[in-house]
Amino acid sequence: MLILEKNAMTEEIEKLVEKYGPERSSLLPILQDIQRDHKSIPDFAQQEVARLLDIHPVEVFSVISFYAFLNTEAKGKFIVRLCRTITCDIKGKERIAQAIERELGITFGETTKDNKYTLEYANCLGMCDQGPAMLINDIVYANLTPEKAVKILKGVK
Amino acid sequence: MDSRKDYRAPLSQQPLTIEKPTDLTAIGGTITVEINEKKVVVPLGTTILDACKMAGISIPTLCHHEDLCIAGVCRICVVEVEGMRTLQASCAFPITAPIKIKTSTPMVRKARRHIIDLMLSEHYGECYSCVRNGNCELQNLAKEYGVDGYTFGHVDKPRYEIDRSSYAVIRDMSKCILCKRCVRTCIDLQEVGVLESIGRGDMTHISTFLEKPLSDVICINCGQCINRCPTAALRANDPSDEIWRAIDDPKKHVVIQTAPSPRAAICEEFGMEAGTSLTQELNTALKRIGFDKVFDTNFTADLTIIEEGTELIIRLYKALVGKDASVSLPQFTSCSPGWVKYLEHYYPEYLDNLSSAKSPQQMFGSLIKTFYAQKNGVNPEDIVSVALMPCSAKKFECNRPEMADSGYKDVDYGLTTREMAKMIKEAGINLPEMPKSHFDDPFGEASGAGLIFGATGGVMEAAIRTIVEFITGAKAEDIFANANVVDVRGFDGIKYMEIPLGDKFGPVPGLIAHLVPNWDWLKGATLKVAVAHGTANAKKVMDDIKAGGKFSECHFIEFMACPGGCLGGGGQPIPTTPEIRMKRAQAIYAEDESLELRKSHENPHITKIYEEFLTEGPCSHLSHKLLHTHYVKRGKYII
Repeated sequence: MLILEKNAMTEEIEKLVEKYGPERSSLLPILQDIQRDHKSIPDFAQQEVARLLDIHPVEVFSVISFYAFLNTEAKGKFIVRLCRTITCDIKGKERIAQAIERELGITFGETTKDNKYTLEYANCLGMCDQGPAMLINDIVYANLTPEKAVKILKGVK
Repeated sequence: MDSRKDYRAPLSQQPLTIEKPTDLTAIGGTITVEINEKKVVVPLGTTILDACKMAGISIPTLCHHEDLCIAGVCRICVVEVEGMRTLQASCAFPITAPIKIKTSTPMVRKARRHIIDLMLSEHYGECYSCVRNGNCELQNLAKEYGVDGYTFGHVDKPRYEIDRSSYAVIRDMSKCILCKRCVRTCIDLQEVGVLESIGRGDMTHISTFLEKPLSDVICINCGQCINRCPTAALRANDPSDEIWRAIDDPKKHVVIQTAPSPRAAICEEFGMEAGTSLTQELNTALKRIGFDKVFDTNFTADLTIIEEGTELIIRLYKALVGKDASVSLPQFTSCSPGWVKYLEHYYPEYLDNLSSAKSPQQMFGSLIKTFYAQKNGVNPEDIVSVALMPCSAKKFECNRPEMADSGYKDVDYGLTTREMAKMIKEAGINLPEMPKSHFDDPFGEASGAGLIFGATGGVMEAAIRTIVEFITGAKAEDIFANANVVDVRGFDGIKYMEIPLGDKFGPVPGLIAHLVPNWDWLKGATLKVAVAHGTANAKKVMDDIKAGGKFSECHFIEFMACPGGCLGGGGQPIPTTPEIRMKRAQAIYAEDESLELRKSHENPHITKIYEEFLTEGPCSHLSHKLLHTHYVKRGKYII
């Protein structure tokens, strides 16, 4: 990371700490804001959060590693999360998975070369009555068919 | 850890204690509980575990440790409480009502056996080739609770790669059972914050920041986690095979120095009561193993006192008479390599305060390969210098690149008490039955001042004995009863003491006469000293100094990385509990009191070395070259 980038990051985190307060309990909201704005929480940001909240960097890392929606490595612009829980599985998740993999040319856990799509599995999205379902960034798409899934993927901007 | 507010641990990890009543006779001060149909009266807020201990009923524990906060994660200590739907973890259940407890019902026994069985299903057990074979808490529990088959399967392949990056600590997470004792040790007890649980569910494991190897993170190598680990997931880097090889090599001249703490603790490895000193038996055993010479680290502890004490006097003289603003006070001790690395990481801006004197181990290292080699006509290249220490950080210290002032690696191997006991057993020697023998010359005798380095406050007490005699010219016995500086003893986290120097001064002793002309500049002054042990307490003192509080006005502060000082070090026998630490301290202080020679500067061998070898006196050019060092600004950030 460049020094300029580091300074900007520090400033941003200082503002977040001011907003949520320098308590341990502010850790999650701060991390969520960083995640939302940067698509990941870089090493440096973790250490800065730790310094400003007076906790150890490893504790911040521990929290990040616990939550699936927080990540330390940068991911694609669109994070596609396909539900893999029982109902969606019964309703044909496997076919959707194959269609998406073929469309994007990557397997689950990977990011496309142009950094546009990241493909992941998610556990229950709570759309069991409308499965199979997938989540692209913050939007849920339900009642998927392979054709519909491909169309949605092509349509996101 | 005094009150709940001081806990940095998240709420979920905080103990469920309630305020203990001050007056037990008051109504509600005590509660009568029924344990296995036997009535027991306990103070309000006692945990079920402690109540059972009082009633003489043993309950198995695993994640519970006297030094650490309550976690209640392993569930092995479950008991049945009447009226409760589920079994309760007795270590985390404070008694607030007259309850009925049953500790051995079919449900409890089955649960405990299943819990152990479940742990075994995740634990890569290679018991025969494991360092903790015979001293493993999981193994003992499995035996005790009759686990006779792997109901839930067994791991036959290690799941994680072994992290051997650190000079001191080896992490083998395949053997980890996630009791989180190391996490609580690292974060709560030591406040170093290297280990945490990473991941979730069945992927949970204990790891470091960004899962880096231990050598790349801010680990201070104190080894307290090794001492708390119930299995061998954390262990010390054992050099005993290399040492055997050196002993077996006829060309090598293998010498060993032994520190005071292992001598007071090694008895525990041979099934003896804690607190039995086996100094002279150990000398014989080491000779029989094949070490050519056995030296006493206390000798260089005495030398450390002279060097560090002189450094303090020079600093004070410069600051008070020369009005030199660049002098850093208070001066910090530098004997504990864990503390040194802690300061380098967490407070690098205070490195100038750290005494430049090396630790006794490293001083001895450079003297052996220079002074001793010269005197005895041994080629320093052929000398293999081993140090028996209670400490895992000493393994790191002797591998620091700057520790080669003799022209060779000053100390070749740091060996812990546990590894020494293993070597002695391997040689077929029963240590307690050994005849007694003395240390070898030319460093034969050492004072009691060097001996008490092993306990917290010991360095300070030794320094006070010498400095006060240097300055006032009076005998330390006349100022402190029996020369025991009791104010700096004991296991309080932080100790503070003021010593008024008065206005009656003696002549400046010959040893440092070329450094200060007289003592008049100290008229009416008060020497302020402090002692902190455990890096959590060190952090408190450092934060106070940063804020300009009471401790910033001190002149000399002793810091030790491990709770209790060296006697509670990470290389000491497992288990180490507050009670065992107390007994080891008693052994050390008793040995000090039994000695004639109890002050560093009165040690005739010290006088001799300044006459024969370090002729320019303490803190001179040669002593700076051999006995002093410099430090590295490491900082906290990991890139």
